[in-house]
Parts: sequence; structure tokens; C-alpha cells
Amino acid sequence: MSKKFHVSTTVNGDPVEFLCDSRETVLDVLRDRLSLTGAKEGCGTGDCGACSITVDDRLVCACLMLGAEAEGKSIETVEGIAAGEDLHPLQKRFIEYAALQCGICTPGILVAAKNLLEKHPDPTEEQVRYWLAGNLCRCTGYDKIIRAVMDTAAEMREAS
Amino acid sequence: MARDEFEAERTTYNFVGTRPDRPDGIDKVTGRARFGADMTAPGMLHAVILRSPHAHAKIVKIDTSKAEAAPGVKAIVTRADFADGLDGENWNILENVMAGDTALYDGHAVCALAATSMLEARDAAKLVEIEYERIPHVTDVDKAMAPGAPVIREGADDGSVPAGMHPNVVRYHESGHGDVEAGFAKADLVLEETFKTEATHQGYIEPHACLGHMGTDGKGELWCCTQGHWNVQKVCAALLGTETSALRVTASEIGGGFGGKTAVFIEPVALALSRKANRPVKLVMPRADVFRATGPTSPASMDIKIGMTKDGTITAAKGVFRLSGGAFPEAPMEFSAMCAFACYDLENVLQMGYDVMSNRPKQAAYRAPGAPMAAFAVESVLDEMCNQLGLDPLEVRLKNAAKTGSKASYGPRFDQIGLVETLEAAINHPHYKAPLAEGQGRGVACGFWFNHGGETSVSLMLSEDGTAQIAVGTPDIGGSRASMALMAAEVLGIPYENIRCVIADTSSLGYNEISHGSRVTYASGLATIKAAKDAVNRMCQRAAAKWGIDPDAVYWEDGYAKPSGPNAGEFDPMHITEITANMGATGGPINGHFEATPEGAGVSFGTHIVDAEVDPETGHTKILRYTVVQDAGKAVHPTYVEGQYQGGAVQGIGWALNEEYIYGEDGSLQNALFLDYRVPVASDLPMIDTVIVEVPNPGHPFGVRGVGETGIVPPLAAIANAVSNAAGVRMRQLPASPPRILAALKDRDAG
Ligand code: FES
Ligand code: FES
Repeated sequence: MSKKFHVSTTVNGDPVEFLCDSRETVLDVLRDRLSLTGAKEGCGTGDCGACSITVDDRLVCACLMLGAEAEGKSIETVEGIAAGEDLHPLQKRFIEYAALQCGICTPGILVAAKNLLEKHPDPTEEQVRYWLAGNLCRCTGYDKIIRAVMDTAAEMREAS
Repeated sequence: MARDEFEAERTTYNFVGTRPDRPDGIDKVTGRARFGADMTAPGMLHAVILRSPHAHAKIVKIDTSKAEAAPGVKAIVTRADFADGLDGENWNILENVMAGDTALYDGHAVCALAATSMLEARDAAKLVEIEYERIPHVTDVDKAMAPGAPVIREGADDGSVPAGMHPNVVRYHESGHGDVEAGFAKADLVLEETFKTEATHQGYIEPHACLGHMGTDGKGELWCCTQGHWNVQKVCAALLGTETSALRVTASEIGGGFGGKTAVFIEPVALALSRKANRPVKLVMPRADVFRATGPTSPASMDIKIGMTKDGTITAAKGVFRLSGGAFPEAPMEFSAMCAFACYDLENVLQMGYDVMSNRPKQAAYRAPGAPMAAFAVESVLDEMCNQLGLDPLEVRLKNAAKTGSKASYGPRFDQIGLVETLEAAINHPHYKAPLAEGQGRGVACGFWFNHGGETSVSLMLSEDGTAQIAVGTPDIGGSRASMALMAAEVLGIPYENIRCVIADTSSLGYNEISHGSRVTYASGLATIKAAKDAVNRMCQRAAAKWGIDPDAVYWEDGYAKPSGPNAGEFDPMHITEITANMGATGGPINGHFEATPEGAGVSFGTHIVDAEVDPETGHTKILRYTVVQDAGKAVHPTYVEGQYQGGAVQGIGWALNEEYIYGEDGSLQNALFLDYRVPVASDLPMIDTVIVEVPNPGHPFGVRGVGETGIVPPLAAIANAVSNAAGVRMRQLPASPPRILAALKDRDAG
């Protein structure tokens, strides 16, 4: 049994502590140790974006970051996007526009899109397409996803 | 299902055709939805599968002693832990799930183990010693049927193969009508070309995953992501040598399938490990295993010959289709053959198919299996002929289009079909008239798919408050729970929101065939409508009893039982809530059921238009504009229909331009990860325009045709035509990746 790391971090605003092996990724820790299964493992190699989370507001693939590296960080996952019962405008639009079919890519795409809109509230279509280029969706052909993100951006600009 | 069994066909709808939110939407945007890998159980073990690194090798020895002694290891299984004495497809599945004495492809499972943690399982896997003896391999379909190719399985020929062929050719198909030679003699232009496409993967983002528990008494529970859990139940029971009813299977949310999750790969392994360890076992496939050992389509090699008169009339068409389904006899070559010319009303047509075994993984269905590659070959030849004769490619297709009553190239006469309508919509679409710039090309193509009915059971249960639950058995792979609720709402006359549709487990509902063949909205939809009508009849009986009149004198409208006319008596309409609130006292619970194998699935056609630009420096193709026109019969939830069209088109774009299985000289797969097996990403694509044509299917009460598969049939051809027209050189091999385009340009320039 190899030595475990004791890690203290914050996930979706809540303080958490866990022990993890030096080989475990943040994705392993979230899913297997913290029972936060919203982030998905589509590839484990940083190629699909299904595991997207933010760490101190930076968009990362949870499968490419070690659990031990989470010490002292602030992590946000799809489970933290809605404020209680209130869905984020992106979440509402995704349902309304059918920007998901199977929904396995959705957690990662929502995390990535939210991060985009926080940094660039008025993105062009090209910007959205490039920002989400690391998030594979095999079902939708992206059309409805791009429209949902663009229209949510417009809605949020109007609201603010 | 005879169509006269249905009451007068509906033409106006209150719910069908609207676009409400899907019932699983909130779960899926909040991370709550539970997919295959999201489930846990107390005492659960984690499993890994060890796979052959060789394309073809005798398994000389598997020594598990060191692994067994490793910390945390609770069970190890090999082929000896599964049932023996199987035959037919069950034997093939077992042979694929766990190799016997020979590893048949790179990635073939040979051993599996379960341990108390994933890390321990991975560590222990390194201690299993497997000795292989490599034997010659072949992965290319043409080479596999050439003289001298290594034989994959002696005696696998099913008896249909013409004499003198290589033993790797295991099945043969031939169909058609008329006299093709006489037809070619009448043509002004006869063109014959050879085409090739590589294997692709469905590329669902969710790897296969399951959690199984089987006790030593042979009773088991299984949770898994699958397109068909009754099939999983049946196959697992057979492979483990237990009774089907002893295993209860629950389908998780499914993270994409496209046909690839119709097959069984890992579930029997998890159950075998669990039976040995007597603990629940979770098994999740790493992505590389998904590529190496599940799903791919068949690589295809095809010869097409078409004769045409100067005015664009096709006089004869002939096609030969050679497909490999890997080391197993099942390439969908007959579907390639039967779909190839199905769009056209032909006097003379002949098509032949060869199923060829090679050292590749067992092929699995991928949206309209076999049809996209055939369409690529046929529609490329048509495009070339239109270019040579100076004819408009859509007008030529319209001139030859199959219509209601046409004799299909594969045999039957078509019932009511909508190909002409999709062609007319495409011709009149602004896209088709839009100007093209220098260096850009436009491609068009048509596509056909059969669609399927299949065994179906649905139950509809009314609650005392007048709301309804529907139990269906077809996993929801694209929003079908919403479609079922819409169809039930239409019949019951209650709000969509008052209906909850769930995917029942195998112990809660009768048998349901897999979600495949574009059958869910058609067959489960039909069964839902009939189950709702069954419940409505029972409610009418309750109202009749209350009123003391004949049940035939009661009809149902907008959620009310009503007396059918003045002769029936004067009674106030009775609302559903009034009937259900009292059902316990008036005869007991009210449920509706329907079980059948509906056979009126209704074939489907589509026409695609695509504009592309090819960079002659790099060989890179940019898709500039894309329009899908397809017949849906009746779109129950139009947004989801559009989604199917868009998703199919983009998968087709990937197949046409980038995606391919690349095998090395040693027969191992070179690109088993998403970085190297590059599926389309958002920045590769334009918006995908859709046009939903609605020519009702007479075999469904609301006219529904399946829409899931046809959308991937035309894109390979349409894009190849666009690329060929843009680059000025015919692309006869897909994917038309940058290196292939550069090579084609170089060949052209070299003359
Ligand atoms: S699982 Fe992390 S990028 Fe695919
Ligand atoms: S909705 Fe299925 S992968 Fe995106």
C-alpha cells in the first residue's frame, strides 16, 4: 500500500478533506472518494472534456490533474452550477434547445461554457466554437449547443 | 400491424409536434443523471480486463498465480469460467468477450481480475503472465480474401459462398432484378469505379460500464449502459450458464450508443468475476479498450457500375460489396448491397455482397450499418456521370427516384415513401441556389434506410389523481421519453407534464428488443399509443357502467369520457380524474398494455447538400455549409428530430474527412485514443441546417418513421462529391483526409 496524501480543498464552496494515492487524479477523487459523479470520464487522456471542472476559476481537465494538487484550491464542478433549485441560464437553455441528447458531454460543456461567459460575456460564434473545441459531443453536431451558449450570453448581457 | 387496425388516421394534434422540455433534462444539466459508471454498491470490487497486444496469436499459457497473491485481489477469470457447449451467435459473443485458445485481434480480452480498489486491480494485472505464440495476421479486407491470406477460422462459411473463394469469405448475398447487361447495352455512358472506406468507431463519449452482482446461486443483478437490457440479460445468462429470469438487468442513462451499445462486451465478465468473488463488481472500459475492442464498423471495398442515357435515365446498376466484420462472421454486407440502389426506381439492378473475416474486433452496428459506405460509392459514380453528361445532380436523382409503388432494388414494392419530397425540398432550398466561390465545391447525395419494428412491450399505469406512468423497455438514446409522453398525452388528453415515462428493468415489463433500427419512436411509440388506448377503453367502460349505458356508446375526447350522442343518454362528460379517483371501488386499478412485433416501420429517405473548400497546400477540407433534408413521417418532437439529423450529418462528416482505424504492419491499432482518432469538434463545423419533410408512414397511427439512422447515409457521399468537385479530383477512398487529398492532387498533376 503506497503512502496516501492528505488533501484539504474546497469543492463547490464546501470545505472537503480526503486521502488519496499519488496516482489518483482529481477526477478519480471527485467521483470515487467524494461521490460527485457529475464530471465524467470519457477518455482519461485530456481529449474529450467530459471531465471539465474549474480550479481557482481556471478551466481544466480533471483527468489530467492529480488529486494531491488540489490542496488549498477552489474547485467547481457541474454540481455547483445551479444555485439550489434555480438553474443557471445556461442550464435552462440547454434543456430548452435540446443542446443535449444523451447528456454525457453536458456537465463538461456547461462548466466550460460558464467559464467562457464569465471571461467573455459577448463571444462571437467562432470564439464559442474554439472555446468548446476541447469538449467532444458525439450526439448533437454542436449546432444546438452553440446556439444555446450564444443566446444565453445575449440573455445574460441584457439581464446585467 | 395492419393499418386498418387503427382508427381513422389523425391529422391534427394537440401535443405531437410540440417541443416541450425533456423529463430527464434537469438531471442531465445538474450532474444528477446516473450513467453506467456512476453507480456503486456496498462491498464493490473494481475490475480490469487484460487484452492481447497481438493481432493474431495462440494463447500458450496464462499464469495467474502471482496476481492471485497480490493485495486486494478477489477473483480472476479466463475463458474456463464461462459456459461451454454454446453455439451460434452466443458462441461468437463469448469468443469475443473472452478469447479461447487464440487471440483474434489487437485488444481481444484474454483474462480479467477484480480487486478491492482500482489501483490494486491495475497493479495486480501487471503480475498476470500470459505467453503468446504469434501467428500470421491480416487486417485489410481485400488482402483477407486474396489467395494465401491467413485463415481466421476454418469452416466458418455458412454454405452460401460461391466455390473457390478463400475460407475467410464466410457469407455471400445476391439480390436484384431485370437484366443488367441488357441495361448497360442501352446506356450512352457506362461508368465503373472501385471505392474503399475504412472502419470507424461510433465514438460515444461514455465508455462501456457496468456494475454486476451474481451470487453462487446463479441469481444476479446488473446495472449497465446499453441500448437493450433484455438482450444483455439473455446473452449474459447464456454465457454464464444460468436461466435468463435469474438475472435482472437495469439500464442506466446511456451516454451515446449509435448502435455500438447494442452488443455485449463486458457485462458477462463482471458477472463471472462477481460470481467467483461473491461481491458486486464494477467494470468500466478505458477509452483505449473501447477503440481496440468494441464497435467498429466494417471496412469496405466496393465496385460500382452504372449505365445512363444522355437525359440522365439510369438503365442498369450493379454493385459488389466486400466488408469485414472482424474475426467474426457478421459484416453487414447485405445491408450495403440492399441499400446501395434503394433510392432509385431501376429496371435492371444487381448487387452482391461478401462477408470477409480478418484480424479486427467484432464489428457492431453504427447508424444504418452498411448503408453509408454503399451510398458513398453509388452516389460518387452518379455525381461523376452527371459531371460528364452536364446534368444537374439533383434533377437526375429526381428523374430516377423511387416512388410509392416502385419495386425496390432489394425486392419489395415501396409503400408510401417521401424521397421525391426530400429531393424537391432540396432543389428548392436556398442552399442549392447559393453561389460558390473559386476553390469551393458542392456535393449532393441521397440515402436510404429500412427502419425496423421489433418486439415491443409497453405498460401504462394510471394514478388515482389522473396522472399516468409509462413503462417502456427501450433505453432512451435521444429524448424518447419525451416523445412517448407526447404520444400518450395525445391519446389520454392530459397534459404532457402529467405523464412520467421510465425505462423499466427486465423484471418489470415484458421483452423489448434493443433500441436499434430507428425503432423506438416508431415501435415503442406505437405500443405507447395502443397501451394508452387500452387504458382509455377501460375508462370508457367505467363511465358506461356508472351511467348504465353500453360501453360502445361512450367515446373519449380531451381527457373526458362522453356519451356518443343523444341516443346514448344525457350525461355530463366525466373527467379522467373523476374516473381514476374512484377506480378502486369501480373495478380496481386501470392500466393499459400492449405487446406486439409491429411490422410497419416505414422506410426512410434523405437528401443532403454540402459545400466544401479544399486547401490545395495542406489538403485540409473545410465544410462551409450543410443542409439535411429528411422524411420523418411525422415529427413527434421536432427539436429532437433536428438533433438526430444534425448528429448523423456530423458523424458522417467525421467519417468522410478524418475518422479511420489505422492498423500498423504488426496488425495493432495505431490510433486508439481521441487525440489520434479525431472526431469532429465544434471549431471544425458550421451550423447544420435541417428540413423536416413529413410524408406519413401508413404503418404508424400518427405516421411516424424512425429518424435515427438515415441521417448518416448521405453525408459520406455528399462530402466526397463536394470535395471532389472543389479539388477537381475524384476521391474514391475515405476518409478524404489531408494526406489522401494531397496524394490525389499530386497524382492528378502527374497526369
Ligand atoms: S476524461 Fe478528461 S478529457 Fe476526457
Ligand atoms: S449529448 Fe451525447 S455526447 Fe453530447
